[in-house]
Amino acid sequence: MHDMTLAAARKALSERKISARELVDHHLSAIEKLDGEINSYIVTTPEKAREAAQAADAKLAKGEGGALCGIPLGIKDLFCTDGVQTTAASNILRQFVPPYESTVTHNLLRDDAVFLGKTNLDEFAMGSTNMTSAFGAVTNPWQRDGSSTKLVPGGSSGGSAAAVAAGLALGATGTDTGGSIRQPAAFCGIAGVKPTYGRCSRFGTIAFASSLDQAGPMARNLEDCAILLGSMAGFDPKDSTCVDRPVPRYEDALNRGVKGMRVGIPKEYRPDNLPAEIAALWDQGIAWLREAGAEPVETSLPHTKYGLPTYYIVALAEASSNLARYDGVRFGERVPADSLDALYEATRHAGFGEEVRRRILMGTYVLSSGYYDAYYLRAQKVRTLIQRDFLNAFENVDVILTPTAPSAAFAHNERPTDPVQVYLNDVFTVPASMAGVPALSLPAGLDHAGLPLGLQLIGRYFDEETLFAAGHVMEKAAGFAKRPALHAGNVA
Amino acid sequence: MSLDTRTVRRIAKLARIGLDEQECEAMRQELDGILGWVEQLNEVDITDVPPMIGTGLAKPRLRQDAVTDGDKRDAILSNAPDREGAFFTVPKVVE
Repeated sequence: MHDMTLAAARKALSERKISARELVDHHLSAIEKLDGEINSYIVTTPEKAREAAQAADAKLAKGEGGALCGIPLGIKDLFCTDGVQTTAASNILRQFVPPYESTVTHNLLRDDAVFLGKTNLDEFAMGSTNMTSAFGAVTNPWQRDGSSTKLVPGGSSGGSAAAVAAGLALGATGTDTGGSIRQPAAFCGIAGVKPTYGRCSRFGTIAFASSLDQAGPMARNLEDCAILLGSMAGFDPKDSTCVDRPVPRYEDALNRGVKGMRVGIPKEYRPDNLPAEIAALWDQGIAWLREAGAEPVETSLPHTKYGLPTYYIVALAEASSNLARYDGVRFGERVPADSLDALYEATRHAGFGEEVRRRILMGTYVLSSGYYDAYYLRAQKVRTLIQRDFLNAFENVDVILTPTAPSAAFAHNERPTDPVQVYLNDVFTVPASMAGVPALSLPAGLDHAGLPLGLQLIGRYFDEETLFAAGHVMEKAAGFAKRPALHAGNVA
Repeated sequence: MSLDTRTVRRIAKLARIGLDEQECEAMRQELDGILGWVEQLNEVDITDVPPMIGTGLAKPRLRQDAVTDGDKRDAILSNAPDREGAFFTVPKVVE
């Protein structure tokens, strides 16, 4: 059961070769044995999971049940789950138990999925390392050959990525604001999809930067992601940025092939200091697509280098505004003080970790009187130019191929202390987020130390199907099958 | 342009985040670094470029001003640190 994909588990469940209860017990026991080392879950909900599995078995016995009937999933602790704590990995929300369900998790439950628990993340999804969680860092289940040095799983959906990679869930939800699904997927050797902005509802997802945040699936491979996205996506009147259009059967797109497809290779994604093995993997990806009948075309996204600084203005401005509600009066753990201002200041100092405080201050600064035009308005205009780059590129190409991240996972103690250096992790993922176009990461190879590396595909608005088709071709060619050092199969 | 501690203190005040002297100085250095790095956006010609507010993919919608999910009073009050009957009680917020 350890190496089963979500699709294979679904088949085995429907043929009654395994029961949902067995599958869930198996995962819960793996979490118990292994998650002390990985810390991918903030909380597990074994009783609820077993009840849900029992209900799933009853449906399966009658030949009923939704598309995810009996499938155990990890839910990033940024999604509100009715009656289960939702912390955003922050002390300020440590006691919060939502009385409602986010639309994305509601959709998964509608399709009879089973939730194992809530997965760890960077506090309020702010980070690329999963070192900023108030519930402790997550350890990547992968280790360098011959070394047990603890590596980061990436962020912010690092708990979800680590849980899937270690066999502690068949799939998981993530959210991506500037790369928070794709970069941890790459670091942990799994697949992750950031759909078009507006494809999944943001209702009930704790907001970081509202014009960028988008939920998406994380799983062992793209077929599993296609199954999950089909369930998560769809129109929701509760989110005014959610787009009303039908959800295709993404699974059907997987085997479309890439004959005649034009694959853009953006020259700006090949900076002088790009590590040779990342460049080589990228070339390998191009070769795989060419062999399968696609035509690689050099393309240009001239404003690529401005993506990150634009992101850090727009995202942090929105974050400072979204996080204003956590003041100890409206939301959040209150720290009493003599005056109202002192209460706010003490609450927000105690409740927010260092990275969140830094980002709120930066966001407040760029929105403050006298600086708004120089920073925020300018960044919004540069964002228009970044979006135009993609629209122009997609006049000539069907999909764009790039590396996902500029390096493999690094060690907990190798994390740069300079915030700007940390932000550079997202250099390849941020531009697609700024434009709102869909993008995915798939595991494509290993680096010199045996760590996974990812390739990214970026597509036209609402054309996730082309991403799945091209990704599946590369996935088959890559044949990525190595297991991480920390894996359910190694402890059972 | 470099950031001084007085500005950091003012921003912290606006953001309602208490910072002690040491944190203020550390934050000043880090914010200064980030702002120095984002200055590169000044190279970009933004003449006649409109700001991007959203992706423009979702159509603005109107709906009836009606309750669609009512009778949830106890659920809504379930996270209140303090309540009196059907009301949230909060510290005095008007001084």
